Amino acid sequence: MVTTVTSYGRSGLSDWLVQRVSAVILAAYSIFMVVYLLLNPEIVFAQWQALFDNTGMRIFSLMALLSLGAHCWIGLWSISTDYLKHFALRFAFQMVVGLLMFIYTIWGVQLLWGL
Amino acid sequence: MLTVSIYRYHPELDAKPYMQDFQIDTGGKDLMVLDVLNLLKIKDRGLAYRRSCREGVCGSDGMNINGTNGLACITPLSKVVKNNKLTLRPLPALPVIRDLVIDMDQFYKQYKKVKPFLLNDTPAPGIERLQSPEERAKLDGLYECILCACCSTACPSFWWNPDRFIGPAGLLQAYRFLADSRDTATEERLADLDDPFSVFRCHGIMNCVTVCPKGLNPTKAIGHIRNMLLTRAT
Repeated sequence: MVTTVTSYGRSGLSDWLVQRVSAVILAAYSIFMVVYLLLNPEIVFAQWQALFDNTGMRIFSLMALLSLGAHCWIGLWSISTDYLKHFALRFAFQMVVGLLMFIYTIWGVQLLWGL
Repeated sequence: MLTVSIYRYHPELDAKPYMQDFQIDTGGKDLMVLDVLNLLKIKDRGLAYRRSCREGVCGSDGMNINGTNGLACITPLSKVVKNNKLTLRPLPALPVIRDLVIDMDQFYKQYKKVKPFLLNDTPAPGIERLQSPEERAKLDGLYECILCACCSTACPSFWWNPDRFIGPAGLLQAYRFLADSRDTATEERLADLDDPFSVFRCHGIMNCVTVCPKGLNPTKAIGHIRNMLLTRAT
């Protein structure tokens, strides 16, 4: 058993599962957006706003946003533990990534929900 | 004539490793790579490499042959030589002791971690612990591993984290004992593997499957371990 304290969920299985589930959500969201834009080539601002006013769409977007944060954290944490061998550099990288994910998530929630 | 380019390094004589070229007359025969090394050994008595059974059973002569890990004794020249050139290097990622001989300590440390022996806390029966043919069949494709280290040293996850990722060879053996009906320590074995490195550093690129000289599939075994962990935890 290898002990880690900076990984997303501490357990390898939990990180692995979150990575897979978030990937499916992100894929579904990406496909939805591409198909929506293809089906509405002449989209105007009012229509776009109406789409994001819909509660279902807001929940879907928030789910995708949280998935993106978790997915990035797990992925970049893995990359940092593979390639950054210097402890201070690795820890600093992990903290910067964590901070950025936090900022993007809060910012995204503010944008989506108009808080 | 075959050009053989070999990685040379003698820590007491050489400041750093270098590649040395030899010309070898194979007499038009499709020799095994180990035969070529034995011919070279006659030319240069100082050339160091491991070998023992010369028939793919002992796992001593794992090396990097024209860029791919394999056993020298069962790899024919016709399978690997292109443009009449053979390049031999030690297995990647592990420290070189001399020429093609590597220090496998880190590899064995990972193997040791999975407790590669039967653990059973029930009273021993009078004769032996029996298995049904179906239970025994679950060990096929697992018990044949000869620990040559071709797979683990072909795995980038093992290159970056040889101290924390168990590696395909160790994980194949971990599953060999998880799958064994006579072993009762399944829960403890799984608990030891549930961290972000031991199993989950495998990203399924299947280099291990490509290079295994025995045709085994560590990626599949790792998938089974993941499924067991998932079943246990959900």
